[in-house]
Amino acid sequence: MHINPYEIMETIRMVRMEHLDIRTVTLGISLRDCSHHNIETFNENIYEKITAHAKRLVSTTNEIQSLYGIPIINKRISVTPIALVAESCKAPDFVSIAKTMDEAAKDTNVDFIGGFSALVHKGTTPGDLKLINSIPESLASTEKVCSSVNVATTRAGINMDAISLMGNIIKKTAELTADKDGIGCAKLVIFANAPEDNPFMAGAFHGVGEPECVINVGVSGPGVVNAAIRELENPNLTEISETIKKTTFKITRMGEMIGKEVSRRLGIEFGILDLSLAPTPTIGDSVATILEAMGLERCGTHGTTAALALLNDAVKKGGAMASSSVGGLSGAFIPVSEDAGMIEAVEAGALSLEKLEAMTSVCSVGLDMIAVPGDTPTSTLSAIIADEMAIGVINRKTTAVRIIPVPGKRVGDSVEFGGLLGCAPIMPVSNFSSEVFVKRGGRIPAPIQSLTN
Amino acid sequence: MTSSRFIITVIGSDRVGIVASITTVMASFNVNIVDISQTIMQDIFTMIMLAEAPMQNFDLAAFQEAMDKGGKKMGVEVKVQHEDVFHFMHRI
Repeated sequence: MHINPYEIMETIRMVRMEHLDIRTVTLGISLRDCSHHNIETFNENIYEKITAHAKRLVSTTNEIQSLYGIPIINKRISVTPIALVAESCKAPDFVSIAKTMDEAAKDTNVDFIGGFSALVHKGTTPGDLKLINSIPESLASTEKVCSSVNVATTRAGINMDAISLMGNIIKKTAELTADKDGIGCAKLVIFANAPEDNPFMAGAFHGVGEPECVINVGVSGPGVVNAAIRELENPNLTEISETIKKTTFKITRMGEMIGKEVSRRLGIEFGILDLSLAPTPTIGDSVATILEAMGLERCGTHGTTAALALLNDAVKKGGAMASSSVGGLSGAFIPVSEDAGMIEAVEAGALSLEKLEAMTSVCSVGLDMIAVPGDTPTSTLSAIIADEMAIGVINRKTTAVRIIPVPGKRVGDSVEFGGLLGCAPIMPVSNFSSEVFVKRGGRIPAPIQSLTN
Repeated sequence: MTSSRFIITVIGSDRVGIVASITTVMASFNVNIVDISQTIMQDIFTMIMLAEAPMQNFDLAAFQEAMDKGGKKMGVEVKVQHEDVFHFMHRI
């Protein structure tokens, strides 16, 4: 046999015991040829285009899942940011577009559709503004639609007017979905330096530099990395880094194989592979547990940022060696509600919002799936976003905020979102006001790219 | 996908008749055994086969279902996976 039995059993163990999976196969579709001044015609155009291109996505990925015996958890669609393609629609709002996207997603049987998005890092057009103002009602009246707004880039700086507006939008989205603990906010991401080819939700959209149609694959596997580290006997950190690299190399190879096969069968170009350690609420499938395997008593204690930096860098190195198509976010995710270890750390008082913010400066995303009290002022939400955007802009990396001010809940309560979204303890925010700062508006200029100390 | 060869793994506790029952299902689907190895790993019976399926008229889903059923009858877990997944993961 070309492959020895131990290698075969290693692969089987990764899938059976350590929750290795392809998190998502995401089909990116350009909607640039769908524009029309009549919003009804526009909706017809996008429905037809999405359903035509995604018709075979789910059945093909299911075939490949059984051929290789590797679970493919989600099938998703991302489209061109709607604010761009719907700009010319003569309509007071864009809610009907979100509903059309939802219908297309349901009819093609995909799990999510992303791209109800606007890129406003330098300023807003009337179309951007219409889209942003339509977000609360759109997320409340649809199931599968995900929305994102890019409010900052390293080249343009930070659009504080947009951030101020997004604080209100988040609050309104939570209120309109109050019956489900503000779950609408779990489908809304605020970005700095948003990647154009990210297959993960809620932030996926099909960027303007992308081809007509593309297959992007997201692979996950915190459980596999966790098990590999725990197998080492009294390792030093160099050895831990080496083990993470080797493990992520193997995971990435598998993801690339699946992506190329989906792309070949559908006759659609293969875009990128995004290796991101994305935790799920399942025990053992946790990024916090990896950090604890390195020797921290609890995730969130001193040393957590260093441990996460090591993890994130080793994941990237392993991935980059395994595939020439690595893109998207690629690194480690730290969503609180989706990670059993993070939840435990918050409940034990080991992990605070401030520490999470520090951690986001060395990992691939940002403040993700954080539940805060429902009475948090909108200016405080905006200020939390501004802080996170500053980290991304200055460090030339993607950062994001997905925060849920859960209506009627206070610190000490917790909230259950269910499924992959998990449950979250309500985290305290500062009681001191940021209102005057946020209300000043304007733009924080793009940072200098030299004198980097 | 470059071949019609599959890795079949059978995992569970050892008992009389596992190989006979699994290979009977394979024969009924015209699936040929290229190589076979059997070990006890961590007290668990592990059989790994490299098998070749016919190039035409082969219904993978039906074969997987029949193998799964056959395995369940014997109290073992059977997986049928295309060989490429192992090649890609462990070989450059």
